Amino acid sequence: MSLVELEINGSKVSQDVEERQLLVHFIRDDLNLTGTHVGCDTSQCGACVVHVDGKAVKSCSILAVQANNSKITTIEGLADGENLHPVQEAFRENHGLQCGFCTPGMIMAAVDIINRNSILDEKTVREELEGNLCRCTGYQNIVKSIIAASKKM
Amino acid sequence: MYQFNYKKVETIREAVNELTANPESKILAGGMTLIPTMKQRLASPEQLIDIRNIEELNFVREESNNIIIGSTTNHFTVSSSKLIKEKIPSLSMLAEGIGDPHVRNMGTIGGAISNNDPTADYPAACLGLGAKIKTTKRELTADEFFISLFETALEEDEIVISISFPIIKSSFYMKFPNPASRYAMAGVFISKNDSDVRVAVTGASENGVFRWFEMEESLSNDWSKSSVEKVKLSPEGIMSDIHGSSEYRANLANIMAIRAFESINE
Ligand SMILES: Cc1cc2nc3c(=O)[nH]c(=O)nc-3n(C[C@H](O)[C@H](O)[C@H](O)COP(=O)(O)OP(=O)(O)OC[C@H]3O[C@@H](n4cnc5c(N)ncnc54)[C@H](O)[C@@H]3O)c2cc1C
Ligand code: FES
Ligand code: FES
Repeated sequence: MSLVELEINGSKVSQDVEERQLLVHFIRDDLNLTGTHVGCDTSQCGACVVHVDGKAVKSCSILAVQANNSKITTIEGLADGENLHPVQEAFRENHGLQCGFCTPGMIMAAVDIINRNSILDEKTVREELEGNLCRCTGYQNIVKSIIAASKKM
Repeated sequence: MYQFNYKKVETIREAVNELTANPESKILAGGMTLIPTMKQRLASPEQLIDIRNIEELNFVREESNNIIIGSTTNHFTVSSSKLIKEKIPSLSMLAEGIGDPHVRNMGTIGGAISNNDPTADYPAACLGLGAKIKTTKRELTADEFFISLFETALEEDEIVISISFPIIKSSFYMKFPNPASRYAMAGVFISKNDSDVRVAVTGASENGVFRWFEMEESLSNDWSKSSVEKVKLSPEGIMSDIHGSSEYRANLANIMAIRAFESINE
């Protein structure tokens, strides 16, 4: 076991974990933040995307011990109390989800895309979504939601 | 995943000591290949030595007409570095085409070349630009470094420190990405430094990345589109799987070569 100390959605956490525990399982099973999903075992779907020190990563492909001393934001950490984050709001407004399984990862990826790109066009958004799969929407409204959100942020 | 010990190190010396003391351990860089492999139980190291925090391995700098990149520099940094964009734009474009943004935030250049996946992108740039690879033991040319698929000249207790790319602006990389994984189905890197032409192919051969000597010769004799078009890659020894037959992949390599050549001359 190794001690992991980190900050998640503004709260400090300090806990012993097995070295082999993936960050996503630490978040879901130990911290009970089940918004972050697991959609594959090949590191391809992006349902597990969280921000570690401000960077979008696939939490199914890094170890909890690698995230020691970092600051993590998950989907639960985006809204400000009752007020949704602009990207969450845009997904609701533009029907950017159907079953919702991919949505936490999509939204965390979208926030990262908007942070890195001052101007967003459809082509860029589609390229940037390479690491996030959606089995329902056909991406159309996801792309629309992200462009709409980028104009408000 | 099987059990293992985890050790985060801060210096190259510490990493080498750990690796020598425990031969069953493995270096962990970005983990974008190693962790998925361990999840599938296809690898079971006793210990992981995490080198991602070693400051002296994370850098991009220019030195006597070369761009030198530290081994733990991630793909995002290479794709967005102003220096690399200006000096070797083909290299920043190649890095931008690896996987997806989340993978690029973690995956490193040292991990990518040490792994030498037959469909990875960086090995083509190393061979195609004539890069030199500095390790904890020696300096190797790219031709000496890449041996066969998933095989390099690295010894068990040897770590990649940096990769040095000669500044060659006349260069381009074109790949046909597998639509699901973004790994190359065939990728061709061409560079031209005065009369010296190098052509490297990834994604295609059963033996991993290779230099396409026939194409190099044809282009050295006459730098023209017809010189590219007349050389055809033989399907013999070219990978064949669910994604494409050897004939299909060999033809893709021919087409990628034409497109890379045209992009250099644009
Ligand atoms: C979804 C997905 C898509 C991808 N798409 C692409 C793609 O399109 N093109 C592409 O080229 N790659 C792709 N990759 C692979 C990615 O580029 C990896 O980052 C890379 O192959 C390995 O780098 P890493 O830093 O993650 O290495 P790790 O996974 O940490 O290590 C890989 C191997 O190299 C060894 N190693 C690492 N660093 C060193 C060092 N400095 N010295 C000696 N040995 C070392 C490790 O012990 C291990 O055996 C993809 C990966 C994923 C998950
Ligand atoms: S769970 Fe699919 S990429 Fe992480
Ligand atoms: S909304 Fe169902 S997978 Fe995306």
